[in-house]
Amino acid sequence: MKIKRYGVAAFALAAAGALVLTGCTTGGAEPTAPAGDPEAIITTNGSEPQNPLIPTNTTETGGGKIVTSLFAGLVSYDAEGAIEFDVAESIESEDSQHWTVTLKEGQTFTDGTPVTADSFVDAWNYGALYSNAQSASYFFDNIEGFSYTEDSELTGLNVVDERTFTVDLVAPEADWPLRLGYTAYFPLPEVAFEDIEAFGQNPVGNGPYMFAAEDAWTHEEKIDLVKNPDYDGVRTPVNGGLTIVFYTSQDTAYADLQAGNLDVLDAVPDSALATFEEEFGDRAVNQPAAIFQGFNMPFYLEHWGDDEEGDLRRAALSMAINRDEITDVIFQGTRQPASDYTSPVIAGWTDSLEGAEVLEYNPEEAQAKWAEAEAIAPYGDTVLDIAYNADGGHQAWVDAVANSIANTLGIEAVGKPYPTFAASLDDRENEKLTGGVRAGWQGDYPSMYNFLAPLYRTGAGSNYEGYSSEEFEKLLDDGAQASSVEDATALWQQAQEVLLTDLPTIPLWYSNVTGASADTVDNVVFGWDSVPLYTEITKG
Amino acid sequence: MLWYTGKRLLQVIPVLLGATFLIYFMVFAMPGDPIAALYGDRPPAPGVIEQIREQYHLNDPFIVQYFYYLAGIFQGDFGVTYSGQSVNDVLARTFPVTIRLALLAIFFEMVAGIFVGLVSGLRKGGIFDATGLGVSLVLISLPIFVIGFVAQYFLGIQLGWFSPTVGAGAPLEDLILPALVLASISFAQIVRLTRSSVIETSGLDFVRTAYSKGLTRRRIVPVHILRNSLIPVVTYLGTDFGTLLVGATVTEGIFNVPGVGRTLYQAILRGEGPTVVSFVTIMVLLYLVVNLLVDLLYAVLDPRIRYA
Repeated sequence: MKIKRYGVAAFALAAAGALVLTGCTTGGAEPTAPAGDPEAIITTNGSEPQNPLIPTNTTETGGGKIVTSLFAGLVSYDAEGAIEFDVAESIESEDSQHWTVTLKEGQTFTDGTPVTADSFVDAWNYGALYSNAQSASYFFDNIEGFSYTEDSELTGLNVVDERTFTVDLVAPEADWPLRLGYTAYFPLPEVAFEDIEAFGQNPVGNGPYMFAAEDAWTHEEKIDLVKNPDYDGVRTPVNGGLTIVFYTSQDTAYADLQAGNLDVLDAVPDSALATFEEEFGDRAVNQPAAIFQGFNMPFYLEHWGDDEEGDLRRAALSMAINRDEITDVIFQGTRQPASDYTSPVIAGWTDSLEGAEVLEYNPEEAQAKWAEAEAIAPYGDTVLDIAYNADGGHQAWVDAVANSIANTLGIEAVGKPYPTFAASLDDRENEKLTGGVRAGWQGDYPSMYNFLAPLYRTGAGSNYEGYSSEEFEKLLDDGAQASSVEDATALWQQAQEVLLTDLPTIPLWYSNVTGASADTVDNVVFGWDSVPLYTEITKG
Repeated sequence: MLWYTGKRLLQVIPVLLGATFLIYFMVFAMPGDPIAALYGDRPPAPGVIEQIREQYHLNDPFIVQYFYYLAGIFQGDFGVTYSGQSVNDVLARTFPVTIRLALLAIFFEMVAGIFVGLVSGLRKGGIFDATGLGVSLVLISLPIFVIGFVAQYFLGIQLGWFSPTVGAGAPLEDLILPALVLASISFAQIVRLTRSSVIETSGLDFVRTAYSKGLTRRRIVPVHILRNSLIPVVTYLGTDFGTLLVGATVTEGIFNVPGVGRTLYQAILRGEGPTVVSFVTIMVLLYLVVNLLVDLLYAVLDPRIRYA
């Protein structure tokens, strides 16, 4: 019996290939800068975590970067989003459905207890249990025994011995190991389950960093982490620790960077987008991130149904938008026009999908398609609006997109502001939109599947505008069950070609991560998830 | 005096009840599900949201939610934020910071404002007066966030005289720049109030009498003119306390001060009923107490005013 091994190599190769194609340049694992002071503390910006620091309840970025520093999962991601084994020694499967995970020997939590198979199985069970109401619970829904409506044990998880456990998925999933560097899959020590709330205030992890002291988390101010001397994995820090200062405004964080109070900034405020590259020179970072932006025309609206008229109109809208000009003028080149439904940092990204010409600015073709749709049913003088939440800085580009549509198609198009994200979400969930709506997605883990399934599968969590396509879902499932990552990628690219004809979301662009670092630090490399690889930063 | 104070304190109760009710209602009426909004584009399983809504009584009608909240307050419990922290803890952490900031701002605006106003009033029409009026006009017409960003950029980043943001623990030296910014707007008002009041008082009979009695200017200015000119200024300081708390919301955002304003702003964005109401209630309470103190101060400044 031959066991196929889905290991690091395949993913790394695929990722590297994609990056060569896109001309993306990020440094390799070899540090090029001087070694630096191994005791130096790096300061960086962050935001107050929304919840206690429990991995399965941390799905937002503020808590995410802290939890990822405190814990080590089975795998972790390098700068290109390829996985490297962290706690795991091997992750193997014959059929992509039944997996066997073996852990490295001698791994411990910072309280001295060993990291065992139970540490993972218990943590995952805790995260998945209905009544624990963990925000990342849905990440376990592909493991046998998961339930969305009642408490049930993950029967698909079985401990073989101290260092080995098996995972039975409900369906084959070729790139399942790609998920495992995400926060939801981190292990927990036994002490966590005694009082999980208290644990969340003073977590005990197994990652590259640990709390500098009891209560190192000063709420709304900062969190102090120091190097964990017992961590022995791919992310061993070359610095002495990490202080994450919480800011409520990016402008303030930027001011601190300019004044030399901050070493690394991972989000440049809009007000500085035009100037930060000049000011920081080669210390500025402006590279693609795993963020996809577009807008949806709901299928329940008249003229926008899932039929020939709707398809024509969506294509006409898409071709009426001058993405190049908007990304240049409004975003100062910090966005890249979209050519598919994923992101350039994801292995499998491509700019050569069949039907991708619908994403190019083509006024004549747009007008022709619109006229064709008019022949089916006249649109009348309805104003086309595009909804956005006014608290997120979207107004400029929504207005520009609306103008581009109005000028090309000769219809009236406007942006429709909602005061808050909550208000816009209400109308989306209750299908009360009167026009288009902004739709964005940031990848949880570096996989094409994560950009497709949660958004376009029938009834999926973020599929608000009611898209449903059997053809798309078949390709999606076939890809998940494919025996190799290459096959999966090919099938998922075909699935996106279906999306390009139906246009449930009209793709606009990928966001870049913009950041900068002070001259006190070196070797600042941003990961696939727009978070700097803190452990590799040298200072002094 | 004691009777008056007691009566005023009793009046606080209905005002507070009314204020909490109105504010709670306004937060309740904000559109959208705050729990769903917490998760942004990436919603958790529907069961998770439902359980959290249950935990915060968000599925109950407004009046039931309000009584849950009131019942908590009477037990000294202001509720829990959506991130699971006790609102009591948050209050205890943030209020001292903002009070420190506000007191520092009041100190700056009083010392500088009264001095400039007094000199301007005594030398009406002179160069100092014209400059003072001009500067205060500029400050009044500039929104506070403009002053804040300009001060942060030039004094904090370019010149490096001050720290551009407030560090952990909000030490006093870091609060100087935000306090100056916060004080700037009220400073202008105080200059103008003091100036006109000084001009008016200087022309009054008792001042002329004092001069003709042969008293020195040194004694007349502080004791006779200034003291009598301060009544409108002190009234203003009372109402100004409210402006300071509002201004703190903007200033604290710009300078990253871990105080009331910043926390309140975040809580409003998140639609966190208990946090918003608790913060505003305490602000209302402070405002009432400060105004009571101001009323009592009148008697000190002007012996003709008596409370019974």
